[in-house]
Amino acid sequence: MAKIASFVLILLGAPLALAASEPAATQPAAAGAEQPAPVRWETWHAGNAVTDTASLQRGARNFMNYCIGCHSLKYMRYQRMADDLQIPTSVLDANLVAPGSSNLDYIETSMPDADMVNWFGKSAPDLSLIARSRSADYLYRFMKTFYSAPSRGTRSENLAYPSTAMPAVLSDLEGVKAAVYREVKGSSAGAATTESVFDHFETISPGNLTPEQFDGFVRDTVNFLDYVGDPAQVERRSIGLWVVLFLLLLSALALMLKKEYWKDVH
Amino acid sequence: MAPEAAGKPGYRGAARGGLWGWINQRLPVDVFWRSQLSEYYAPKNFNVWYFFGSLALLMLVMQLVTGIFLTMFYKAGASTSFESVEFIMREVPYGWLIRYLHSTGASAFFLVVYLHMYRALLYGSYKAPRELLWLFGMIIYLSLMAEAFLGYVLPWGNMSFWAATVIVNLFGTIPGIGPGLVEWIRGDYGIADATLNRFFSLHVVAVPLVLLLLVALHLVALHEVGSNNPDGVEIKDKKDARGRPLDGIPFHPYYTVKDIFAVCVFLTLFAIVVFFVPTFGDLFMEKANFEPANPLSTPDPISPSWYFTPYYAILRAVPDQRIGALLMLIAVVSFFFLPWLDRSPVKSMRYRGWISKSFLAAFTISFLVLMYLGMQPAQEPYVTMARIFAVPYFAYFWLMPFYSRIDPVKPVPERVTFHG
Repeated sequence: MAKIASFVLILLGAPLALAASEPAATQPAAAGAEQPAPVRWETWHAGNAVTDTASLQRGARNFMNYCIGCHSLKYMRYQRMADDLQIPTSVLDANLVAPGSSNLDYIETSMPDADMVNWFGKSAPDLSLIARSRSADYLYRFMKTFYSAPSRGTRSENLAYPSTAMPAVLSDLEGVKAAVYREVKGSSAGAATTESVFDHFETISPGNLTPEQFDGFVRDTVNFLDYVGDPAQVERRSIGLWVVLFLLLLSALALMLKKEYWKDVH
Repeated sequence: MAPEAAGKPGYRGAARGGLWGWINQRLPVDVFWRSQLSEYYAPKNFNVWYFFGSLALLMLVMQLVTGIFLTMFYKAGASTSFESVEFIMREVPYGWLIRYLHSTGASAFFLVVYLHMYRALLYGSYKAPRELLWLFGMIIYLSLMAEAFLGYVLPWGNMSFWAATVIVNLFGTIPGIGPGLVEWIRGDYGIADATLNRFFSLHVVAVPLVLLLLVALHLVALHEVGSNNPDGVEIKDKKDARGRPLDGIPFHPYYTVKDIFAVCVFLTLFAIVVFFVPTFGDLFMEKANFEPANPLSTPDPISPSWYFTPYYAILRAVPDQRIGALLMLIAVVSFFFLPWLDRSPVKSMRYRGWISKSFLAAFTISFLVLMYLGMQPAQEPYVTMARIFAVPYFAYFWLMPFYSRIDPVKPVPERVTFHG
């Protein structure tokens, strides 16, 4: 529904849509502490806006600080990113380009594949198209549902991607969580059964960011990955508005021409 | 040459002297223009269903032109295809536009072709004397299916790979030669680099040539017999003193200006998709196709593009793969026999009785429901529903010789009518 609404707004005027599609006030995470209502993480939405350049800049910063250690964006060049995100070349060179890379290079991790396979069991996927193959909402849910599970030993567990090979690399920001389950009674083949269903998260140790700050951090990062998935999308929509307006005008003229010719057909 | 000879009307059609006359004495430009456009009479009562022929032609041109530009940057090969598509999307100036025009164009092409075909079902346009016109159209449809499938494999995404695996394996159900044929088509023991390269060749050279030839034949056949119309009345039966159909108007300028309007409206809708929703949910471009082809990871569920899903639903409705493939083939091929299955004395649905109308309505609903079912995973209740809805689909075609004969038809008017 929100998508349709923002789509209509884009048709009416890009500047209006820009303001309207700012992240909606969905703040799902922190509620678990005092409210007993189960956390329905499957319904969380990223609510990101690729027109929000400041958010994209923060997302790029987050990626270069936390993700590039293992993940590449192998179809994306540093300079293209800087141009699109209005990042000055001096800032790009000083803070974002990985040591040993040039601003014309593709954004690639320096972690060798063989090491990742040794340490995590598989190599970290390239994230150039992850927002397109999975969706921004999925990435948001994935990054927000890491938790510590004793059954996994030193590994972390994840609700959106169970048994993920990825460690909870954001735990110094978010803190460490445990999952609390509730027993749901049911019946199967005549016998009463109980099933453990996820209820909410419990903080084991807090991180450096408040839940609100961490939510913003994840949202910015997802937003950046959304942009990287289809870097021309903002330009596409702004051109599209003019193309559609032109074609509407042309349709009106064509209709008048048709009516003029068809006057004498009875 | 004497000016009066060059200016003489009827001299190989040349009515003018000068360069134009010189050309016309050597190439029948004016004759062609008159016979095919300015003095080609089309029924004056065409409604909105009659836009989709020229829109299909527009989409053919769109796909050819955008395809030429894509081919400049696309690099066929198992290790290069996926990357070159992303190169087009990111580094070729306006490459994203060309690619989205082409990918949206494929779906739009099928949409207008389906509406174009449905018009023929509504108004009996396949009936005599237009049987050959219908057959050419059906071969175009088959070629278009081949063209779309081949093109879908080229980005070498994971859905490309698995769609190719499923579709090519269907040939393996042919008794005797099946397994060998599949290997011959693939050029390898699985869908691989060799397959991708030959599919590229077929997609950009072979099938487009066939399509262009067939479209030319389709148009020649159409202009020979003349267009049908919503009333199913032959306008050539009533002519004025100069031999012009009383209910006809010259195609140019009347239908050229009308079609230009249709083209503008269509392109507006097309542009809204291209610029704002190019993946159209998951319908025009699937999520799984943004992952490179991976023989070790199967997308769940594997589903073909929306324009194939009615047939895919029929394929999966049968537990036996060989019979499923056969039924799917019959589902497509049934269209070819329509001119001979239809025994109604009346062409247009306007003057047919409730039996024909009910069967067409049941067919329409079952086609759309099967389209939806083909997008769902192969599990209950979808499989049972596909079995149920396949029945009215086939009944429409194969009971037609009986129900079209006993259908209580209404009298057809002498001349065409207008319905606003």
